[in-house]
Amino acid sequence: MGNEILLELKNIRKYFPVEEGMFRRTVGTVKAVDDVSLFVRRGETLGLVGESGCGKTTLGKIIVRLHKPTQGQLNYRLDDGGFKDLLSLDKQESFHAHRRIQMVFQDPYSSLNPVKTILSAFDEPMRVHGMASAKERKQRTADLLEAVNLRSEYMYRYPHEFSGGQLQRISIARALCIKPDLVVCDEPVSALDVSIQAQVLNLMKELQRRMNLTYVFIAHDLSVVEYMSNRIAVMYLGKIVELAGSGDLYSRYRHPYTRALLSAVPIPEIGAKKSRVVLEGDVPSPINPPEGCRFHTRCSFSQARCAQEEPPLRPYAEHEDHWVACHFAETLHQADDWVIQQP
Amino acid sequence: MSENKDILLSIRNLKTHFHVRKRVIRAVDGVSLDVRAGKTLGLVGESGCGKSITAHTILRLLPKTARIKDGEIIFHSRKRQPVDLLKLQPSGKEMRGIRGNDISMIFQDPMSSLNPVYRIGDQIVESILEHENTTRAEAMERALEMLKRLSIPSAEKRIREYPHQFSGGMKQRVMIAMGLICNPELLIADEPTTALDVTIQAQILELMQELQRQLGFTIILITHNMGIVADVADDVAVMYMGKIMEFGSKEDVFLRPSHPYTRALLKSVPVLGNSGRDLLEPIRGSTPDPSDLPEGCSFAPRCDFAKPECGQAIPYVDVGNGHLVRCVLAEGREVRDGQ
Repeated sequence: MGNEILLELKNIRKYFPVEEGMFRRTVGTVKAVDDVSLFVRRGETLGLVGESGCGKTTLGKIIVRLHKPTQGQLNYRLDDGGFKDLLSLDKQESFHAHRRIQMVFQDPYSSLNPVKTILSAFDEPMRVHGMASAKERKQRTADLLEAVNLRSEYMYRYPHEFSGGQLQRISIARALCIKPDLVVCDEPVSALDVSIQAQVLNLMKELQRRMNLTYVFIAHDLSVVEYMSNRIAVMYLGKIVELAGSGDLYSRYRHPYTRALLSAVPIPEIGAKKSRVVLEGDVPSPINPPEGCRFHTRCSFSQARCAQEEPPLRPYAEHEDHWVACHFAETLHQADDWVIQQP
Repeated sequence: MSENKDILLSIRNLKTHFHVRKRVIRAVDGVSLDVRAGKTLGLVGESGCGKSITAHTILRLLPKTARIKDGEIIFHSRKRQPVDLLKLQPSGKEMRGIRGNDISMIFQDPMSSLNPVYRIGDQIVESILEHENTTRAEAMERALEMLKRLSIPSAEKRIREYPHQFSGGMKQRVMIAMGLICNPELLIADEPTTALDVTIQAQILELMQELQRQLGFTIILITHNMGIVADVADDVAVMYMGKIMEFGSKEDVFLRPSHPYTRALLKSVPVLGNSGRDLLEPIRGSTPDPSDLPEGCSFAPRCDFAKPECGQAIPYVDVGNGHLVRCVLAEGREVRDGQ
């Protein structure tokens, strides 16, 4: 894995209007993603975690440009080594850029067209992007199906003939058919049974190694994200609250929300009985997020400053790759009740 | 299995089959279980393994296509004579007196288990008025008390609100309140936290354990999440294709898993804090078609230790202290030494 930065998000915001009444009057805005900046290195997996409604899926859709951000830049490394904002491309360039970033969705049953064979689902994107002859496209479909441990004859079948795990492997193979550099995976295993999840996760790791892929891996299950990712960004109400290498995030978390999230994950081991940090109340509405730090209403360490001043995402002292958005990141972990007993 | 007086519910050789278009689906196929009074039994398995059907059979809430082929479910209530729930009429007076009263259930999806056009209070009160001879005002008082117990903020106001005004976690608290309002002896919780976020899940699990300590009811917790079981259960039953593969205390099952399926399941989930150091070991293949199960052990086609004997009847062996394993390898303990 090189250090080359493949994708950079700068101050991305996505606001959705809330409309009401028969004239669709705008009565408010949902700040789904609010001022998010981050980068993805070539060949790495960046995990995005957070609870429902935190904006992780919206951010993923912005990266593949299924949503147009309200504000911000989406810089992408082109073949000549230059960086270009994907949002400022003309139609032709934009079309070619779509080939480089693909997405795998959560529900494999609804992401393949039920009346088309697997072959035509693979063939169409390759044809649209003018890749190779019909014969070569068929060969590529066969190769990709074999790469995800399915038989190549399956290309003549329809989606209903497969199980959920097989369909998700097909969806992954389809995302790869036009040779993208970056794949955004939105909850790729959460619809699958536990015994099938591991098959898909291991397969994704293997494909990444073989094809030098970069992943943005979105999930709500922290143990799955930790297994897959090199670095993890934790989101809360449209903002990144902490970003660190996955080992660092687990053992040297500095944000109180990360701490609560980690401690809430049930661990399938005996003796893993740890003091749980139970958060009070629910996630506030993203229409009217709290002033100051968005987490302060549920944070047990909250001070007067937290309610007024919004903490920026800034590098944390010891590590250059560890970023945190908390006023008291340097001092909090010295508090007596900070340590969660881990197994 | 020991005949013991702290057993609240004992299920013997339960078979619930479905007849769908000439095919027979053996959803529950010979389940035997003992549920200890005041404890939590974790029933784990993948989707389609029959764990929810087992729960629905206990409450006799099965659809018309279901046939209970065999077995008995003896309920040793403190309030009444031991009764075989399978001998009662599903909608008869006696079963209705038990369902929602002595045995109650909370379902996975709180969003669709509440009636959207009735106030929360009216829905909770309904089961008190059904089972007890009290006035509506008294029942409301009790409902309010229960909501406070479940730490619902400003309960006086919220009891008059409708389900859409509640968040997912709050709705699940209301469901628990409805389940506990008649002071049941057994609470069956079917994936109670699956639809919730992890931090809310932690709140709900903590709350259920706290209430169990206060009120002393028994829980059957149905889940697919091994982490939740390790956290809250006392006993664990691992289910696969309609059968209990392994049953034992939580310590037995997690520290000395003896069925290849249990072992494989534990190795195939990522554990937080492991940071991807060890590669997961997936279970190969996928679950068989439930209308066409293999003879003998239904896990054999996916099992690394399968032998020719696995195609025959499988013994259900006690490997010590009521730790039961349905596997041909269990007798010689070859599995336990790790192959």
